[in-house]
Amino acid sequence: MSERVGVAKTYKLVLNGAFVRSESGRVYEVLDHAGRFWANVAEASRKDVRDAVVAARAAQARWWSLSAYNRAQVIFRLAEMAEARRDELAEHVQRAEGRDAPAARECVARGIDRIVWYAGWADKLAQVLGGANAVAGPFFNFSLPTPSGVVAVICAQDSSFEAFVDAALAPLCAGNAVVALASEARPTPGLLLGEMSVTSDLPGGVLNVLSGRVGSVGASLASHEDVDGIDLDGAGDRAGELSVLAAGSIKRVRQPGTDFAANSTARLRSFVETATVWHTVGR
Amino acid sequence: MDARAGVRLLDPPRAPVIASEAQLRALLASLSGVDAAGAEARAAKLATRSIKTSSKRAALDMIISMIDLTTLEGADTPERVASLCDKARRPDARDASVPSVAAVCVYADLVGTARARLAGSTVAVAAVATAFPSGRASRRVKLLDVEDAVAAGADEIDMVIDRGAFLSGRLGEVFEEIVAVKEACQHAHLKVILETGELVTYDNVRRASWLAMLAGADFIKTSTGKVGVSATLPVALVLLEAVRDFAESTGRLVGVKVAGGIRSAKDAMRYLVVVNETAGSLWLSPTLFRFGASSLLNDVLMQRLRQVRGAYVRPQEFSAD
Repeated sequence: MSERVGVAKTYKLVLNGAFVRSESGRVYEVLDHAGRFWANVAEASRKDVRDAVVAARAAQARWWSLSAYNRAQVIFRLAEMAEARRDELAEHVQRAEGRDAPAARECVARGIDRIVWYAGWADKLAQVLGGANAVAGPFFNFSLPTPSGVVAVICAQDSSFEAFVDAALAPLCAGNAVVALASEARPTPGLLLGEMSVTSDLPGGVLNVLSGRVGSVGASLASHEDVDGIDLDGAGDRAGELSVLAAGSIKRVRQPGTDFAANSTARLRSFVETATVWHTVGR
Repeated sequence: MDARAGVRLLDPPRAPVIASEAQLRALLASLSGVDAAGAEARAAKLATRSIKTSSKRAALDMIISMIDLTTLEGADTPERVASLCDKARRPDARDASVPSVAAVCVYADLVGTARARLAGSTVAVAAVATAFPSGRASRRVKLLDVEDAVAAGADEIDMVIDRGAFLSGRLGEVFEEIVAVKEACQHAHLKVILETGELVTYDNVRRASWLAMLAGADFIKTSTGKVGVSATLPVALVLLEAVRDFAESTGRLVGVKVAGGIRSAKDAMRYLVVVNETAGSLWLSPTLFRFGASSLLNDVLMQRLRQVRGAYVRPQEFSAD
């Protein structure tokens, strides 16, 4: 039998619940840890950023209008999807990060467990981050955590899957819509998770995954006035410059290097606004 | 510019006088059919033109100056119309370099409010009349509707044709009605809405365009915006070919208004390309080309501000109406 010709996949952007090529038509080559060709991925342009933000803005209202319990179910469904494609994810992590096979499998398992963890938090955030406040008067006073809105995430450059899960799922869990820029050199595990999100009941546009250059895509995201928050996790030495751009529209900015202890709620608090409600005490 | 796109005008103008329905029928029958696949392909091709930097800036301002800022809701109030008028006069409160829109388009009963609020500006008041949007009323009621709007100070009247009569072949009736409405308009400009979404074929669109122009329309307009299918690029192309051919054979210049479903600056720019390539640059003016729209204005303002600031802006920068 003759040798099969390889069928290489070109990874597309995950935008508004669909897989699209970049508006620019550009792609770039992704190499594995050993410097061999691994995949072609779309290189997002600033117009892709614009489209992703428009989609996220529309989707955020739908996402937040679901019950918290329902959001939890949807996120859990994402874990189910990832579980079914563990081997594929592990292969990508292995090739991208250069781990050995058992380590890559373990890494994917931890990531999927994190998705389940976030699913659990979706309907418990309000109880933990919110509360009933004592006030001097005949009023009930409640603090309620509400989502910031559209959150951009510059994902970590080194950890291609685990860190992606944390960066994307934490704001999602709090009711935000997310535009995530996957690791520039290792984008495929993040793009795969984006693909899975499309088949996991997540309304289209709630999680958009872009691949591209931190310099250009990051700048478009940071300066975009309709983005409410940005996580600079993987921005590296561009964090300062992106923070300045983000300041133009007074965004919430999460700086890189903010390490959280595992199972801390700190990350969940990053893109939450507290709404305070007063209500008269009646009989 | 495309050599075919310039119009050669007759001097002096000589529009044919339509004396009988048979003559009208013969004239419309003599029009060639529209190559539907060709029109769609040409429109799609023109839609791929890209307009950048200073041309884009100029196009955005041109679009603003061509907008008939429209509110045609049962829930319209004088206050809402007043605030729309203020926006029409000065679309971006922070930037005086943004041009005014061409007109404000309202129902006839709100013409007075708009007229008073727009006093001293260049913005015209347009009123929809003749039992808009269905056109289902007696001739007497339609004419009263028009007279009312004109008396209240409307500069432009948007009438609807009787699509039922047109589709069942009673062309004389449609023609006479337009002539009667034109007379009732007095000094006001008459825009004739063909409601192309209900005319089924491009051939019908071409015939209806000619019928309206022969009857004295100052503008032909695609749609009311109240039915499922509104303005499309190929339909605009057919209308623009009609005004171009009409201008060449009679010397009279008729405008085109596209309405319904045009929400983004990008869409609007595609129409401008089709205008320039079909009828010619003479039509790139608010006196001969208009957009009937409401949400389009905010998108154009957003694109304009993006060019100024260099970053994408949020929709909340501009009031809803």
